[in-house]
Amino acid sequence: MTDMKWTRKDLIGLEDLSADEILFILDTAEEFKKVNERRVKKVPVLRGKTVINFFVEPSTRTRASFELAEQRLSADIVNMSASSSSLSKGETLLDTAKNIEALQVDIIVMRHAASGAHQFLAKNLRCGVINAGDGAHEHPTQGLLDIFTIRQKKKKIKGLNISIIGDILHSRVARSNIYALLKLGANVTIAGPPTLLPKQFEQIGVRVCDNLKDAVENADVVNLLRIQHERQRASYFPSIGEYASVYGINRESIKYVKRDALIMHPGPINRGVELESEFADGDQSVILEQVTNGLAVRMAVLYLVAGCLKTN
Amino acid sequence: MVRSKEVYNYILEKARVIDPKNGIDEVRDIGIENGVIAEPEKISNAKIINLEGLVIAPGFIDMHVHLREPGGKDKETIKTGTMAAAAGGFTTIVSMPNTNPLADNPSVIEYIKSHCELSAYVNVLPSGCISKGSEGIEMSPIGGLKKAGIVAITDDGKCVQNHELMKHVLMYSKTFGLPVLDHCQDPYLAEGGLVSEGYWSSIKGLRGIPVAAETIMVSRDIILAEAAGWKVHIQHVSAGDSVDMIREAQKKKIRVSAEVTPHHIALTDECIKDYDTNFKMNPPLRTEEDRQKLIKGLQDGTISVIATDHAPHTTTDKLVEFAYAPFGVIGLETAVCVCLTELYHKDLLSLTELVSKFTVGPASVLGLDIGSIEIGKKADLTIFNPDEKYTIDSGKFYSKSRNTSFNGKEVKGRVIGTIISGRFVFSQIDGIKGTF
Amino acid sequence: MEEKIENRLMDARAMELAIERLASKIIEHFPGKELKKMAFLGIQERGTWLSERLYKRVFAQSGNKPLIGTIDTSMYRDDIGLRKNLSRILETSIPFDVNDRNIVLIDDVLSSGRTIRAALDAITDYGRPKTIRLAVLVDRGSREFPIAADFIGMKYVVSEKEKVHVCFKEHDGEDIVYTKNRSEN
Repeated sequence: MTDMKWTRKDLIGLEDLSADEILFILDTAEEFKKVNERRVKKVPVLRGKTVINFFVEPSTRTRASFELAEQRLSADIVNMSASSSSLSKGETLLDTAKNIEALQVDIIVMRHAASGAHQFLAKNLRCGVINAGDGAHEHPTQGLLDIFTIRQKKKKIKGLNISIIGDILHSRVARSNIYALLKLGANVTIAGPPTLLPKQFEQIGVRVCDNLKDAVENADVVNLLRIQHERQRASYFPSIGEYASVYGINRESIKYVKRDALIMHPGPINRGVELESEFADGDQSVILEQVTNGLAVRMAVLYLVAGCLKTN
Repeated sequence: MVRSKEVYNYILEKARVIDPKNGIDEVRDIGIENGVIAEPEKISNAKIINLEGLVIAPGFIDMHVHLREPGGKDKETIKTGTMAAAAGGFTTIVSMPNTNPLADNPSVIEYIKSHCELSAYVNVLPSGCISKGSEGIEMSPIGGLKKAGIVAITDDGKCVQNHELMKHVLMYSKTFGLPVLDHCQDPYLAEGGLVSEGYWSSIKGLRGIPVAAETIMVSRDIILAEAAGWKVHIQHVSAGDSVDMIREAQKKKIRVSAEVTPHHIALTDECIKDYDTNFKMNPPLRTEEDRQKLIKGLQDGTISVIATDHAPHTTTDKLVEFAYAPFGVIGLETAVCVCLTELYHKDLLSLTELVSKFTVGPASVLGLDIGSIEIGKKADLTIFNPDEKYTIDSGKFYSKSRNTSFNGKEVKGRVIGTIISGRFVFSQIDGIKGTF
Repeated sequence: MEEKIENRLMDARAMELAIERLASKIIEHFPGKELKKMAFLGIQERGTWLSERLYKRVFAQSGNKPLIGTIDTSMYRDDIGLRKNLSRILETSIPFDVNDRNIVLIDDVLSSGRTIRAALDAITDYGRPKTIRLAVLVDRGSREFPIAADFIGMKYVVSEKEKVHVCFKEHDGEDIVYTKNRSEN
């Protein structure tokens, strides 16, 4: 196991990674987590490297987490959003990225509304590309931090029953979790309104469940996805209120959740929708630990990608 | 049309002649005199060309081509598009009306025709819009368009959603003998869709276009064609279920015909897994099961036409995020070799059956007396070597665009010559020069 | 790729003696209460194995149990981005306050000095030790940085083409130090 070496200059998605590679990142993150607990919360490992945070689709927490991770690794940082880039002047993504690369940037951390945007860029660029979310495809660092948190709490992944609840159809968080968890031997269940629940995931070994009770009853982990008000087209389900009563974790539905099950949420939480406040803040919730671990996971990913940039 | 000055009389010797309409499949000589087919024995001072080992077929027809002129000259022009057609073995193509301006009025048809007169290398038969502005609200001046020279009407790229309008169009176009070609797609079900809805759309997080978006409109068209008693032609069928519905309708003698593209025959939606925009087209690539049903439709005659839906886009247009890339791929220069490889060499269609999909099939949908080899008729011929192997190289295309799904594909079967009105427009034969 | 043992520098007996000698030198170096302030930091990965041995020898000789930790220098290396791949980061575990401590940094082989430079930077991010000393089993020369060891088990002059390997029986099956040609990749 220790013989494995990391060789990727990009992190596009967890679907592409082997179980060993996923574990390699998690193990690396364990060491970076310790850095965050030190008096001096900074290491010089990315000194002299430039990272650009290119958030074509807006984000607050993921971007802040990446920025902090970069600072703790001593990288130089540039932040760019769609409106501050030439994309707003009609430049293509590839041209914008090539211009960024021409500034001797080493790593592009990008969030983009179009699925596959990172794969497209990575194919056309020399610098490292880290996916901070692409459309409804993947959000690999979120998937990794979720799994890191589960492993930390449950001491294993293999054999755990993990249920992901919500808008699976549009969720990159769900996809990254599903692909990685399956590789690591977990039993994955997805549930949510049938209109937002692609049955095709059964073909890769996911249990697809259209009612909350069945989905959470034997779960060791219940991961609740954010219902995106902004993305919701009226025809998927009648109302947020109805969603909360049918698919939300509340005093009624918490009865089906095992007492030692972890409650997770990628944030930001719609309190009272996916999750009633008392359970978001309750002892089963690991939501804030997810955020803490996210920093360590992102440091690990940045370190690994930076370490494999082909300099020639 | 661009024509070389010299007119030669030819005797094409020893080729295998395949003419599905007349039930001919044998080695024989073909004579060409003054641009028309003639008895070889009766031609004086003919140039004799030995075509042993090759196949001569009636000139191939592609009834679904986007030439992009007027309005999209960066993607394709009448000149480059028709060069591509000739190089791909097509002697006649039907141009789609979604140019800019749209071909929804006679003046645009006049424009296209006059430009074709100057710069087209093959016969271009224009089609016109079904509705004004292809908006699906008001009927376009179908009679006027017919007079201007169209051979069919279509809102390709869009689909008339007002069923009453569609019914009236079918009734009205019957008067002019114009087939109605429909891109069957329900816009609500397809909204925002990028690829086929199914396994790969789910895995890759791309919004899907369900099969129902197509089949709902196929069934609508069948119902209205029956009511109107006129011809509806389903363009680029992608879903297996559509084939089943069309087959049942044909059994009931409803006048519905269908075409399929080479890419829907050769590829499935798995191709999109790397987000390559050269596999993004509308309708999208479907599953292997759909692909098998499309082939079955070709085999039993439910689908009588192979058409390319040649849709050029510049490299810049396509070199973007998958979601933002335009739909469509080019096909004129790959259709024949891909179909020979995927259908003939895999023993799914005989050579005669395959040739019919490019000749008598489309001629019959369009109601035109072309697509056969008969004494006294215009000598439009396609010559190909069914067994020559080569690798498709989009860098060598005559088309202005490079958005092919088949770059780098090894194929078996190659177009060797294209003759229009007795002149070699495209030639790979030693000693015979083409027009370009 | 398989490399054959070119040259044996120490056998098990010689290694045992060298470690014993190192332990004595360390004890000798820290008189009285300074020994109580001493802590071992083994550099991942073979330095940590050596530090476990030294810990036992120091305890046996002095009755004093030094504090012991491990340190991985990956985050302080100077060649990030110059390599095609990365090895796993191993555990850094410093279960004591480094401030005012006599740290003995322990590695199996001292060569270029770059790892020690990185380790020094790493330690100082944890606090301000009173002293940092360096103990190595083998000093093979080939220094690239102005760094020297305070406690040396054995000194050899080894060709630049060769690499010194230290094996520990707990992990490698036998105690042996040998040199072999650097692989050609």
